[in-house]
Amino acid sequence: MKVLMFGWEFPPHISGGLGTACYGLTKGLSNMGTEVLFVMPSASGDEDESAVKIINASDIAVTETAKNVRNVLEKVQFLRVGTNMIPYLTPEQFTEEVEKNRKGQVKDYKSILGQKYKFSGKYGSDLMEEVSRYAMVAAEIALRYDFDVIHAHDWLTYLAGTAAKRLTGKPLVVHVHATEFDRSGNNINTIVYDLEKLGMKEADKVIAVSNLTRNTVINKYGINPDKVVTVHNAVDFDGFEQMSVNRGVDDKIVTFLGRITFQKGPEYFIEAAAKVLKRYPKVRFVMAGSGDLLNRSIRRVAKLGIATNFHFTGFLRGEDVKKMFAYSDVYVMPSVSEPFGISPLEAMRSNVPTIISKQSGVAEVLHHAIKVDFWDIDAMADAIYGLLAYPALPAMAVRNGLEEVNALRWDNAAFRVNEIYAELIK
Amino acid sequence: MKKTICLYFQVHQPDRLRLYRFFDIGRESYYYDDFANKTILKRVAQRCYLPANEILLSLIKEHRGAFRVSFSISGVVLDQFEKYAPEVIESFRELAKTGCVEFLAETYAHSLSSLVSEDEFIYQVKLHSAKIEELFGQKPKVFRNTELIYSDQIGSVVAAMGFKGMLTEGAKHILGWKSPNYIYTNSLNPRLKLLLKNFQLSDDIAFRFSDRSWTNWPLTSDKYVTWLSRSLEKEEVVNLFMDYETFGEHQQASTGIFEFLKHLPGAVLSQTEFEFLTPSEVCKKHQPVAPLHVPYAISWADEERDTSAWLGNELQNEAFEKLYAVRELVIASGDRTLLQDFLRLQESDHFYYMCTKFFSDGAVHKYFNPYETPYEAFINYMNVLSDFLVRVQKQALPQEVKSGTKIAAKRGSKKEKR
Repeated sequence: MKVLMFGWEFPPHISGGLGTACYGLTKGLSNMGTEVLFVMPSASGDEDESAVKIINASDIAVTETAKNVRNVLEKVQFLRVGTNMIPYLTPEQFTEEVEKNRKGQVKDYKSILGQKYKFSGKYGSDLMEEVSRYAMVAAEIALRYDFDVIHAHDWLTYLAGTAAKRLTGKPLVVHVHATEFDRSGNNINTIVYDLEKLGMKEADKVIAVSNLTRNTVINKYGINPDKVVTVHNAVDFDGFEQMSVNRGVDDKIVTFLGRITFQKGPEYFIEAAAKVLKRYPKVRFVMAGSGDLLNRSIRRVAKLGIATNFHFTGFLRGEDVKKMFAYSDVYVMPSVSEPFGISPLEAMRSNVPTIISKQSGVAEVLHHAIKVDFWDIDAMADAIYGLLAYPALPAMAVRNGLEEVNALRWDNAAFRVNEIYAELIK
Repeated sequence: MKKTICLYFQVHQPDRLRLYRFFDIGRESYYYDDFANKTILKRVAQRCYLPANEILLSLIKEHRGAFRVSFSISGVVLDQFEKYAPEVIESFRELAKTGCVEFLAETYAHSLSSLVSEDEFIYQVKLHSAKIEELFGQKPKVFRNTELIYSDQIGSVVAAMGFKGMLTEGAKHILGWKSPNYIYTNSLNPRLKLLLKNFQLSDDIAFRFSDRSWTNWPLTSDKYVTWLSRSLEKEEVVNLFMDYETFGEHQQASTGIFEFLKHLPGAVLSQTEFEFLTPSEVCKKHQPVAPLHVPYAISWADEERDTSAWLGNELQNEAFEKLYAVRELVIASGDRTLLQDFLRLQESDHFYYMCTKFFSDGAVHKYFNPYETPYEAFINYMNVLSDFLVRVQKQALPQEVKSGTKIAAKRGSKKEKR
């Protein structure tokens, strides 16, 4: 079995959980004997290629598809993203516009013929441009390589996956790690939403990372439930080392670690902290991370008058994250909407008892974490207090939690994904 | 000699705790979810206790004393009946008057005290026996421990209290090749006779009755009597022990469980060699065949038939130890509300909710559990217990410290009485 996989990032250069998940999954797949061609917009050359063959989209010049531009564009005409909206057209004007648009597209396409495009592979301001260019290159790659299935990770690559499918007729799997609703609540970016929906509609199978996400895919994107399956994420703790740290203070430490954005629910953590501090003063709360709600959070902490026991660290990476876990007595993930959520697993792996919101996909696979509704600050405060005040509780959560996270193997997830491939090419 | 069928039903409802946040500790000392307790009790009374009692009463009259049953009713559920559904006590009284119904002794609070404190255990058994005598006019002669928990040691304490017999589980790992269908004795004190639950035949009714995937579904009383006959071909007594809530609550009326109950005595008694006896009568009539060695406590719960459903993980052990650590102080305080709360906090159900075994299996655990996870159950219980411990300390303080602290303690205790 050979898979053409479209991703956006791959370790070591990652900015979120997506690259890590792709790495784990492809490793699991290769253990099963499945060959993966992993396409990414901008590879640096130091990626771990033990399990996959990396194709750097920045190295590919568009030549193959150029032989019959009109034919290709017939199939992948959606490639032109970001057209301006023109209101109040008469039918005649509309036809005219469409025709103009089509010619423009051919012109556009011809202009990049034979050229390489230097992708940034980041999430910058010209992201939409990159997304559509990536799809053009994808079409080129699809014609050059031989494979059985196409697999695309998250909306950035759905266009690429769709282009590859339209040109080759091979089955497409799209993998939903997050949806626009998770990122933006209900104020969604409709362009992103449309791209997501297009990918899901085009796909032969949609893989969601949790039942929570699966429900979003079905209910908010109107995808037929029969083709949406849940494959829970896993974690790879090979080479994990427990860090030991010396604490400067005797107080216990309760940690929030993640982007300080709407999705992660930082305000609930702050409110719960204030409640706990009223009854249990010998504790410090730490909010590690950065994001658009950081300033508001700092103001709220000041207003509540708990700033002497509530600390902000700013953005942490690598070793600092590990150190933060090593310092923590309790880890809280109060996410409003979390498709999966790897960080509680990292906390549990570091022997930190964990409180997670019921609105997270990871809650579906964990028994030995305390689960609360993200909005229920009383319950959250109560759980924090319980872990601080009753020593048997963290002892048990830590011991069983460690066992539990160690059992979440990527091999199991890859096995399910492999089954899905096999079904599609039958 | 006639072969014996011994029917015994357990009646118990816990005092479920209200959602008790840590902010309440030291401020608000009412612990119980009155609404849940009342609605559940009334529901079970309507679905089970009242209709089942009525059926038993008419069966006893119909068979003119040949049909006999026994009950143990926990002290805490009797308190709940008095508060929310006195008509249930009345209907048990009606049954008591027939002379065909025996009431057994147990611990007042349906507690695990037998595993930790002999004094507390004896105290609760006496408290319960007094309550039974007051309500039903019988002094219990046979003992039944919470969840049929039994060990050699517990048995010898029970024997020393003057009980003639005790009920327990016919656990396979204890019996080995031996049959539960005989009478055994305690290995330390042979005067205490042991009646062992035939779990196969008991669970056919209690758990499997409505299970449509069971090959023997549907179970009719005639079919059941053929199984009884087979068990009693050579042996002497079949002990059918189960929750009374089996009738109408665990197995709902629509499953036909009441019809089964109505027809069972007739079907059994139509076989001339069979008779119904209550546990005391069984002890009088049957000779024990051997002493039974039970060095470690057994119970009727789960596959393991041990005490791990209540004291099987560190959460349960922690809560249990913290609770019993203050027993002396609670007794010494002589405070009525403290003693009351101490009893209610001992109910085995609170510890059952903290059991982690149901992650792997056990629809039974989930059915009985108001909490989503054992962690929640533990946090809530520990919050309540923390408040209780604060109160105990406050009560204990004035006698020990004679200084300014006394004033503070007094202020606290005044608040409680309000």
